[in-house]
Parts: sequence; C-alpha cells; structure tokens
Amino acid sequence: MSKCVCVIAEFRNGNFRRVSFEVVSEGRRLANSLGAALCGIAVGSGVQDKAAELGRYGVDKVYVVDDPALENYVAETYAPVIGQVVEKCNPLAVILPASVDGKDLAARLAARLRAGLAQDCTQIACENGVIKAKRPIFAGKCFAWCEWAQGALPIISCRPNVMDCSAPMEDKKAETEAFAAAIPEARSRVLGIDLDTSGKVELTEAEIIVSGGRGMKGPENYAMLEDLARLLGAAVGASRAAVDSGWRPHSDQVGQTGKVVNPNLYIAVGISGAIQHLAGMGSSKFIVAVNKDPEAPIFSKADFGIVEDLFTFVPLFKDEVEKFKSTCS
Amino acid sequence: MNIVVLLKQTPDTESVIRIAGDGKSIVTNDLKWIINPYDEFAVEAALRLKEKHGGTVTIVSWGPQRVVESIRTALAMGADSGVLVDDDALEGSDSLGVARVLAAAAQELAPDIILCGSRAVDYDEAQRGPMVAELLGWPHLALGVAIDSDGAKVSIDRPIEGGKVSVEADLPAVVTLGGSHAVWNPRYASLPGIMKAKKKPLATKKIADLGVDPGDCGAGAAKICITSLEMPPERAPGRIIDGGLDALGKAQELVKALHDEAKVI
Repeated sequence: MSKCVCVIAEFRNGNFRRVSFEVVSEGRRLANSLGAALCGIAVGSGVQDKAAELGRYGVDKVYVVDDPALENYVAETYAPVIGQVVEKCNPLAVILPASVDGKDLAARLAARLRAGLAQDCTQIACENGVIKAKRPIFAGKCFAWCEWAQGALPIISCRPNVMDCSAPMEDKKAETEAFAAAIPEARSRVLGIDLDTSGKVELTEAEIIVSGGRGMKGPENYAMLEDLARLLGAAVGASRAAVDSGWRPHSDQVGQTGKVVNPNLYIAVGISGAIQHLAGMGSSKFIVAVNKDPEAPIFSKADFGIVEDLFTFVPLFKDEVEKFKSTCS
Repeated sequence: MNIVVLLKQTPDTESVIRIAGDGKSIVTNDLKWIINPYDEFAVEAALRLKEKHGGTVTIVSWGPQRVVESIRTALAMGADSGVLVDDDALEGSDSLGVARVLAAAAQELAPDIILCGSRAVDYDEAQRGPMVAELLGWPHLALGVAIDSDGAKVSIDRPIEGGKVSVEADLPAVVTLGGSHAVWNPRYASLPGIMKAKKKPLATKKIADLGVDPGDCGAGAAKICITSLEMPPERAPGRIIDGGLDALGKAQELVKALHDEAKVI
C-alpha cells in the first residue's frame, strides 16, 4: 500500500470501544482528503475475530497483533508493538482515541517514534495536504490549532463524543493481516481490574450529565439526582466544591482539575459556576442550570435557566420527564 | 528511596485566559502562578513515600526565574532540594523537547522513582511522564489515584472508563498522578517549613550542564507547534424559563424545551 493513514482501535473485554468507531470515521475522512488508504491497528487478546468489523466504518486493511500477552493494556508493551506496525506502514498520520489508555499510549508512542503529538483533539483539518488539528487548552477556556514540522509524523488523539461516527456499512469487511510483532518483556503489569457492572454511565462518554454542586447541601441528597439520571440514561457529575466536601467521589468531578465533558445535555443543579467548572462543561451542546440565586454565573452559560429551589424543582422535573417518557413509548 | 518530582508552574485555575497580540500565545503579565495541581499531588505522594521509606525528594522544574517561587513552595511542603532548568534554548520546545531535558536532569539524580502530574492544567498535553519514561527506557504507570511501594516495586490504582485497574511496575519507574484535591489533600507549607525552605539547595542549570544537545530541544527541534489560538465560540444567550410560572409550570416548560428545541429527550 502506498500512502496511508493509521488508526489505532481500542479493544477491551472482547469488543472495540465505541470511540474506536468515531476515530475510524475521522480517519476515513482524513485519508480521503489526502488521497490515502486507511489502515487499522488492532492489538489485544482475541482481537483477530473482530478486526474485520473495522471495515464497516471505512478501514481498508487491519494489521492485527493478537496475543494473550496483550490481554490488558500496558504502555510499556503496547507502545513498542504498535510502534512496529506504524513503522511498517510509514503513514501520513496516526489517529487514536483520547481515552484514558489512548492518551497514555499516544504519549509513549510519540516519544518512541520521535513524533509530534496533539492530544484530545476536537477537529482535524487538511488543506492542500497539510494536516492541522484543533485542541482545547486550559480545559477549554481557549483552543489551539497545531501544525507539524516538515517530515514530522502527526499523532492525533481524538476526544470521545466529538468526531462524527459514520453510519456503519453493515456488509463491509476490512482485509486483515496478522502482524508478527516482537513483544518485549514487561517490567510493569496489571494486578487486577475492577469494572463497575452497575451500568453506571462514564462521565466523559455520557450523552446526558446531571451534575450537583454545593447547593445539594449534603451527600444524601444526590439520590435525587441519581434517580433523575437513571430516568434520562445520564451520568452523575459534581462540582469541585461537592467533591472537596467529600460528598462525591473524585471520579465524578467536572472542571479544570477534574474531567472535561461535552455531552448533548448538561444539567447543572445547585452549581454556582466557578470559572474552573465552566471550563470543564462549557462545550456541552445544551446546558440547563437550576439555581435559586438568579445572579449565579452558571446562568451566563445556560441555554435554559431555572431560578428555583432545587429541592422543589428537581422532583417535579423528574415527574414531568417520567410522564413525557410514558406518553412517548 | 530517592524520588524526583517533575513540577510545572501553571496559571491559577481561576485565571481568565486572553489571547496575546501574536495570536498564538496567551497574555501572561497579569496571571497568578501556582504549582500545577496534579504536580502538587505528585509532591504530596512523594512526601508520603519518603515518610515510609526515607531518602530524598528532589523537585525538577523548568522555565523562567518566577518558577523559583513554586519550587520553594514544594520545598516548604517538605521536599529536600530543587533543580530549575532556566535556559532560553528551551523556548518553543514541544513536549518531547521538554521531556528530553527533564529526563536528563532527572537521570543525574539517579532516582528510584520519578513522579509527576498526569497532565498540566495549562496546555493539557498529558505527555511529560510517559515521554520521560520512554526516553529513559523505564516502565511507567499513569493516572494514579493511590500509590504504594515496597522499595522494589511501585503500584497504583488507576481509574479507567467504567472501572478501576491496579497496576504495578518494578523500580526504577515513572508514575503520573491523577485524582483531585479531595483524593490527595496536599499538605500546606507550614511556617517553619517556609523558613527552612529558604535554606534548602536550589540549583539553576542550563541545558549544556545536562549534556542535552541544543538541537534536541527548543523551537528548531519541535515536531509540532501551535500556529494560532482561538476563543471558544460564544454561546447564544440562553433564556430564563419564567413567564410567571410556578415550579411545576417551569418543569413542564423545561421538558417541552428539551424535547422541541434541544431535541435531547
């Protein structure tokens, strides 16, 4: 294959993660503008049987490294294995998910290949064969356009939930080729994996987030938000104030020192809207703010503002959503 | 146990960010500077490891002389000494260039473990730790929210999408820290700590002192650079759902708006 763009698909628990398909779709668009082929890189244990699936989103050929030693993500082994495939492909660019593992892998891979890395990109552009990528800095207070030096390999990690996922071409299968990679001896290992099986939606990948702040007054009151979230299929987030008070786990924190999220709908309940919180959720497509203080800064970002006591409003709102859902189904 | 913390100074998270006249950097003259919060978690983690195993904690940082204040803060928290790489040749470096310099500075100190934040709250590159590990040929563990070591190995808990993984590496290793203030609760510098910090050794170095080739860092060596900055798109002014409605009326109106206008439910 002459010129190509490489996409690295993320495989976990026997399946590709959804963000992989977003990345493949974006890779296809970039490959088209460059007049290049799209090569997939699929690494894991048991990934061989699934690899051809990437064709549904536009991959022409998948290089597969399927080995029990690659069952779990370990940067120290994944980076050299994937590095070998990239070196063989000699691509115009490498694209991968800016997931937890993806960002980590991208950094180690970039150092290994002496490449230039743009993390967590929200847009990729290509003008006259020149690749540019846009990424948030200062947790989204500002955006930076990046370009690569002549001859440098662009590695681009894409923020989940941002790139358009193409409609799958159901009958399309990618060609697959087993790649015999040397897997180095690792000095690091996974001791255990504890997956939450409660069906809780991950914040950074959620389409709807219901978030609570200092106005919730205590941890016991979050049950109300959890009920609403369950009804909406939403994840529950929290402001730094709520996390610092010990009401919610740190993994729920939204903001500059927490997670940056971009759901379709963000419902901020009892959150005043400190600048470091606004940075973390300001790119949400729709924002609803519920706060009894009409002067709260959160209202400046909200598409729909509700000035009410949250303890009165949230249960009423939940009932109305429930009624609405029952009339729709 | 000899521990190195790679520390970056960043603008305070409460800062308002404005684009400078060149269109590709930010206005810095009115900013308040702090230790990158994730690196502050790394300092806290390092001090806890030192309390358990003994040894030293050395802060390694880079940037202009204003960074001295952040290093002194870390020394006041309990770190033992500091190294600041202040060299104009670093100007315009990408993450890989910075990582080369930090790897060289850390290597001189022969550490058992290198700690740093998983990301910095300014440019959010999330590259420093894994890059330093790769350049040194060491294993690394990323995004720790808990850390432990028996002196021969280090282990962390690492949150992933929908769960948690525990991972372990043989020393020497690089570990990057995630979590939040609530997780690490980094200690404050005490008054005696601040007094003592003034007398602790703090060396300023040039890249030549570290044996780094000037051709391997700085703008000339950068594989990637920022060509322009832009502010996020202004959000169209929202509306307050009121219209003299009571709470129930507002709830009904909101459901309608979310369905008809936003099409999200």
